[in-house]
Amino acid sequence: MFDLNIGSYFEIFVLWLKDNFDFLFDFIKNVLEGSINGIEYLLNVIPVIILILLFGLLAWKVSSKGVAIFTIIGLLLIDSMGLWAETVSTLALVLSASFITLIIGIPLGIIASKSDGFDRILRPILDFMQTMPAFVYLIPAVLFFSLGKVPGAFATIIFSMPPVVRLTNLAIRQVPKEVVEAGRSFGSTSKQMLFKVQLPIALPTILAGVNQTIMLALSMVVISAMIGSGGLGKIVLRGIQEYKIDLGFEGGLAVVILAMILDRITQGLGDINKDK
Amino acid sequence: MSLIEVKNLYKIFGNKPKKVVLLLEKGLSKDEILNKTGNTVGISNASFEVDQGEFFVVMGLSGSGKSTLIRCLNRLVEPTTGEIIIDGDDILKADKDKLKDIRRKKISMVFQHFGLFPHRTVIANVEYGLEIQGVEPQKRTEKAKEAIKLVGLEGYEDSMPNELSGGMQQRVGLARALANDPDILLMDEAFSALDPLIRKEMQDELLELQSKMKKTIIFITHDLDEALKLGDRIAVMKDGKVVQIGSAEDILTNPANDYVKEFVQDVDRSRVVTAEAIMRKPDALISSKDGPRVAARKMKENEFSSIYVTDKNRKLQGIVRIEDASKAIERGEKSLENIIIKDVPKTSPEQQIIDLLPTAKTSDYPIAVIDEQNTLLGIIVRASIILGIIGEEV
Ligand SMILES: Nc1ncnc2c1ncn2[C@@H]1O[C@H](COP(=O)(O)OP(=O)(O)OP(=O)(O)O)[C@@H](O)[C@H]1O
Ligand SMILES: [Mg+2]
Repeated sequence: MFDLNIGSYFEIFVLWLKDNFDFLFDFIKNVLEGSINGIEYLLNVIPVIILILLFGLLAWKVSSKGVAIFTIIGLLLIDSMGLWAETVSTLALVLSASFITLIIGIPLGIIASKSDGFDRILRPILDFMQTMPAFVYLIPAVLFFSLGKVPGAFATIIFSMPPVVRLTNLAIRQVPKEVVEAGRSFGSTSKQMLFKVQLPIALPTILAGVNQTIMLALSMVVISAMIGSGGLGKIVLRGIQEYKIDLGFEGGLAVVILAMILDRITQGLGDINKDK
Repeated sequence: MSLIEVKNLYKIFGNKPKKVVLLLEKGLSKDEILNKTGNTVGISNASFEVDQGEFFVVMGLSGSGKSTLIRCLNRLVEPTTGEIIIDGDDILKADKDKLKDIRRKKISMVFQHFGLFPHRTVIANVEYGLEIQGVEPQKRTEKAKEAIKLVGLEGYEDSMPNELSGGMQQRVGLARALANDPDILLMDEAFSALDPLIRKEMQDELLELQSKMKKTIIFITHDLDEALKLGDRIAVMKDGKVVQIGSAEDILTNPANDYVKEFVQDVDRSRVVTAEAIMRKPDALISSKDGPRVAARKMKENEFSSIYVTDKNRKLQGIVRIEDASKAIERGEKSLENIIIKDVPKTSPEQQIIDLLPTAKTSDYPIAVIDEQNTLLGIIVRASIILGIIGEEV
């Protein structure tokens, strides 16, 4: 049979990208580094207890009193385990990666909802991105950006992009046909159509995509500790490598708490919009 | 002069529209074309004129092209070929900006399932057309309030659409269309999704509004009674073609072909008009939980000799006669149990009124119109049947 070395072609392609688009990778690196460090700095200058209360307040606003209490107790627990610095570092990475994912992903979803052709091209790419084992993204990430937080964020962005693109696309396509017709029949421009009719109606579903994206980002950020992105992932990794059950458990618990808080808060955002 | 002039309009759905137009001109039918080319004929060579201030109804079976036709008028559907001249301009030649302008100022549309913006309040829905034109907030609120008043929805400005009943939602749809003060109102089966009684109410109110506003209305329906009641003129469509245009009387007495004839079932209205069309809301009802005293009082108040009984879900329970109620009061009874008569004359809303005649002749009570769930929709008194047959307003 044929002997196609697809893997080695891909390697050649990646190396070629690195050689020829170095300026682009430098740019991406600067953007990512800037936003991660910025958010981390901000979270670190605020005193821990105030930050915890602020998170509690946010949870209360968008969700319920129960979630607020859980948030405060959970974060206090993390602090008492001595994992605050790592948690902040992980959170900064998750937030900046998710933010960039959303700025790219939501417009991609919007374009896909408007153009069947674009949708057809995008679909297999998203399938590929979603099913490729997460670890595989670490290799080109390291090639382009060496070790540290930036390749971690890069891999996270790729890995967590599909849900928000898919759900944005779906949400806009699901806006009832008659409602879209009504918008057109009154002489809306396509911009008015998008911002006054389609996006507001699609918002709850888009926010469900945002929620999934943030959850995936958190899971990937932990994996990316393997390429030196630090944070809670590093604690878990050390627990595994050094057979320290206590350390591994504490790191894992902190990840779970963080995940639940982020999940409830983003879900709360979606529900607020649904209720309206 | 006519306000709207449609000439040789075609709309083909599919990949070979121009070729299909040629085949249609050669006389092939919609089915033949579908088999041969896989394309669907939406509109085939439609030509008609609508006058300023006219109430023009388009009628036809499902799939006959009514929705496609009305959507060509504001180009929600892009016609294949033909001319649509409104106020002297061929709107098929209008560019994007011109078209936007026509939709904003000249033509508004009301939709079958209302097409309201679910995330906007009633007033924000009504303001939408003005908002996207950049009318300043104060002025558009003022105009929106006027429109809301016109359709009788005052007090509901800040409700969300999903908090309103179907009839009220369609009032919002109507107010939204009127807020722009358009010359032309397009209504695609605007009342088809409403309950029969609400529907009749909306028809009456639309006629009343129209007598004041004198808009040019294109109204689509597949319901003969609605068409006869509303239309100054009626166009009947079949397979994308307009097969007859005329007044209600023309259509009833001179149907152009068998299709139209079937539609109007010759002039014998007793076979066309349904129970639904002539029923009316009972002036008074009592609940199965009420006692004989309430029953007697309500009958006296309304000068009835009998009164219908429903449960809290409007399910028909039976009827109570005044003499039985008086006896029950004398006997000191508290419930209707012993005096309620379960065997009452009933009919479905689809029943033709000719079939109601025998029942009406023998029964002492009005006929109850119920749906499959036994919900009481309305009642029919003997006089309504006769008026229905001779075509008088009920
Ligand atoms: N977007 C479309 N693509 C393909 N075919 C269509 C499209 N819209 C309508 N058609 C076809 O055009 C024909 C006319 O449809 P239209 O919706 O205008 O009928 P109608 O008279 O409004 O029917 P109804 O009473 O069911 O609303 C039908 O055969 C329909 O299948
Ligand atoms: Mg239709």
